[in-house]
Amino acid sequence: MTLIKIEHAKKVFDHTVVIPDLNITIKEGALFTLLGPSGCGKTTLLRMIAGFNSIEGGDFYFNEKRINDQEPSRRNIGMVFQNYAIFPHLTVRENVEFGLKQRKLDKKIIRERAEKYLKLIQMEKFMDRKPEQLSGGQQQRVALARALAINPEVLLMDEPLSNLDAKLRIDMRKAIREIQREVGITTVYVTHDQEEAMAISDQIAVMKDGIVQQVGSPKSLYHRPSNEFVASFIGRTNMLNAELKHNEEGIAELHLQNGFTIPYPKLNHLDDQQVRISIRPEDFIRVEDTTSVDTFKVRIEDSVYLGLNTEYVVSLTDKHHIQVTEESSFDEDLNVGDRVHLTINTNKINVYCADGLTNLSEVK
Amino acid sequence: MKNTKKVNRFRLDIWGIAGLVILITYLLFLVYPVGNILKQSFYTSELGFSIENFSKFFSMSYYSDTLFNSFKVSITATFFALIIGILLAYLFAMFDFKGKKFLRILIIIASMSAPFIGAYSWILLLGRSGVITSFLSRIFGFQMPDIYGFSGIVLVFTLQLFPLIFLYINGAFKSIDQSILEAAEGMGVTGIRRFFKVVLPLLMPTVLAGALLVFMRAFSDFGTPMLIGEGYRTFPVLIYTEFISEVGGDAAFASALAVIAIVIALSIFMLQQVVSLRFAFSMNALHPVGTKKVTGIKKVLVYVASYGIVFTAVLPQLYLVYTSFQNTSGMVFQSGYSLDSYLEAFSRMGNSIFNTIRIPFFAIILVILFAVFISYLAVRRRNAVTSTIDSLSMIPYIVPGTVLGIAYLTSYNTGIGGSGILSITGTTMILVISFAVRRLPYTIRSSVASLHQISPSIEEAAQSLGSSKLNTFFRITVPMMMPGIIAGAILSWITMISELSTSILLYTVNTRTVTVAIYTEVIRGNYGIAAALSTILMIFTVLSLLLFMKVSGKDEISL
Ligand SMILES: Nc1ncnc2c1ncn2[C@@H]1O[C@H](COP(=O)(O)OP(=O)(O)O)[C@@H](O)[C@H]1O
Ligand SMILES: [Mg+2]
Repeated sequence: MTLIKIEHAKKVFDHTVVIPDLNITIKEGALFTLLGPSGCGKTTLLRMIAGFNSIEGGDFYFNEKRINDQEPSRRNIGMVFQNYAIFPHLTVRENVEFGLKQRKLDKKIIRERAEKYLKLIQMEKFMDRKPEQLSGGQQQRVALARALAINPEVLLMDEPLSNLDAKLRIDMRKAIREIQREVGITTVYVTHDQEEAMAISDQIAVMKDGIVQQVGSPKSLYHRPSNEFVASFIGRTNMLNAELKHNEEGIAELHLQNGFTIPYPKLNHLDDQQVRISIRPEDFIRVEDTTSVDTFKVRIEDSVYLGLNTEYVVSLTDKHHIQVTEESSFDEDLNVGDRVHLTINTNKINVYCADGLTNLSEVK
Repeated sequence: MKNTKKVNRFRLDIWGIAGLVILITYLLFLVYPVGNILKQSFYTSELGFSIENFSKFFSMSYYSDTLFNSFKVSITATFFALIIGILLAYLFAMFDFKGKKFLRILIIIASMSAPFIGAYSWILLLGRSGVITSFLSRIFGFQMPDIYGFSGIVLVFTLQLFPLIFLYINGAFKSIDQSILEAAEGMGVTGIRRFFKVVLPLLMPTVLAGALLVFMRAFSDFGTPMLIGEGYRTFPVLIYTEFISEVGGDAAFASALAVIAIVIALSIFMLQQVVSLRFAFSMNALHPVGTKKVTGIKKVLVYVASYGIVFTAVLPQLYLVYTSFQNTSGMVFQSGYSLDSYLEAFSRMGNSIFNTIRIPFFAIILVILFAVFISYLAVRRRNAVTSTIDSLSMIPYIVPGTVLGIAYLTSYNTGIGGSGILSITGTTMILVISFAVRRLPYTIRSSVASLHQISPSIEEAAQSLGSSKLNTFFRITVPMMMPGIIAGAILSWITMISELSTSILLYTVNTRTVTVAIYTEVIRGNYGIAAALSTILMIFTVLSLLLFMKVSGKDEISL
């Protein structure tokens, strides 16, 4: 199994720096996802690993082997493209055998290996068809088999599901996940869809403007986003301005602009300052009995019933709007204009410094 | 999509070498001869640098009138070709009638034949002693108007060229959505008014593109005015006669004429670029215009018009087939039928039939080879060398056949620069190369188009699977381009076998093609042999066309 190490990678296109200085280590056998908005440089980085883009700086390693100057055809990579890139003039079998033939393997071995991988993706029935007779999902399966059949050191996938319809996308991502586990191959997966990334990955690198914002498991990205960008890119969140102040007893408190105060002893060690707070919609809790807990009042502006949850847009007394999610129930009866009381699940919030770049809750 | 037009540095790998070979070939066989013509037109050993040749042309109406004549016939023929072509395409698109497929094939055949063969056949039909002429005067005492000169040239060009307009417009109709017509109808615009207010404006870009193409063809055709023009001399005729005339053809003056022809063609070419940009809009028809059933008198009119037009277009070809079986003696058709004309054609002109297969065949191989490499270099490996090649390969668009013929003759007669190297005049090679050079731009365009259809990621996929760049090119890229290229090559083949304007200058007894043989036999008055050869040529064309349809899987041709 292969460990991928990228040190100080730099990419320049016609005098514009697309990736300034990027460091990533991808563990053996992991499914590692590059996630970020369109244009952030995911494809560029993937193609640098594959060898289709020149490398303007830094070092790329597969285990101990530096691959910077290797031709793509020598890197022993499997690649799956957004547009499938199936060879249209070859049959399904010939597509899968193509890479094996380049390796001058024995005819018998080629056949067996191709069949093995076609079985793995459940396409053995379509072996002798031409690609044009296959659906998009089937073509992408063939592309996956073709990439895996050569026993590559790493598997690279660039938005492999973007051209499929929503339902198929979910089936395919399961299939990819299972096959990747079964084969145990180190995989770099590119997507702009955070839900897909969360569902499929061991590790995710969130990128913005060619810079890695955070690397972590789906869980840590969701619960401890290291900056405001990650917090709002992964899932949904409300970003609120607040002031960090210490009370007489020296306990840190967060003063929201609507007057609500959250005791937050975690940050006792910090000086008083302006901060930004990220509160996920599900971390607001509606309270009926306001005597035992501190609450604040909001007015319901809009609601969308989604089955499992109901999503509300509510306005604070300071006129800011926030999103709130609540598990739906049969007898819920809240209408626009109703006023309700909310409190906050303070364990789950994240506090950032005023520029949003550092997660203060994390800093020790 | 990534910007693939990125300019790379030139590197001396396999692609670099291919690029250099192509570049040198172009320098030798295009830049050198055309440059030579330019030089000759401005520079003589006696006078040094002078524009005397040009002032001679423009100051003497004996010469400059030919240019005026050329514009006159070309514009008139384009006008009539537009009317007939659009009318026929309209009938095809709007109405339901039987035999459309058959008519379409006939139209394609008509468009593919050499124009001068049409001219020759129309002389047999409508000339001074033509069958229709004498039939009318014998029975009705009716005197046909003279078809020699202006009217004859226009007649032949119109019938020869309206099929091109038809094929263009026919394609364009497919991109008009039925709903547009229905919307117009809903607003009370119907019939003829709808045609002029709605349909014609939508077809306008195609009409203009087709018109320019047709104009260019008419302007540069040399065989037709030569045969049917009599005293009415057009510009290509002047170029040819000035160059070839027995009493010391004036190569310098002919070169000046050639330069003028190039300038005109260049202007039209640029006009076309501007026009196609200005008027380009894209339409997409979910439901292309559906045909309507017609009844009564309207039905009769539709049938008469469509069958009548197509029949008139193929009439000259059919009549030649008929006369090829007649007994003939020189220019006179005798009573009785036999295969004598064919026997004589084979015995006297047999080698021309062989040449017509051999020479275009070699040329096609060259064309395919070069087109594949050039398009690949231009699309996937852009650098200074390949950009230069790309531009050079477009030059033949603006060099009329006669001009290229003259350029080759004067440039290779004594080898390059009189050195004896490449003194290929009179060889098969010179014909092969001239055919290939003239046809390359078209094939390159279509290969570039088919290459653009191939996503770069397909090639990258092959590379990621361990295939080297060269292996990927031959195993993946070329096979994917092939269907398009083969189809294009067959079309090129068809145009080559009916090519006259270059080969008439470059042929020798050993390298004459069927087209050249037909021309010379017509001039010599051996009408039987000419008819037999024309029929053979037509059979070649039809067979090639059927092959094209089989290969491309379409019964349509886009030009
Ligand atoms: N071949 C190229 N030439 C010039 N700029 C490029 C090229 N490829 C990508 N870029 C630029 O690099 C940036 C990152 O692109 P890309 O890696 O494709 O983004 P992503 O895959 O994350 O959507 C974009 O701004 C894009 O315009
Ligand atoms: Mg991308």
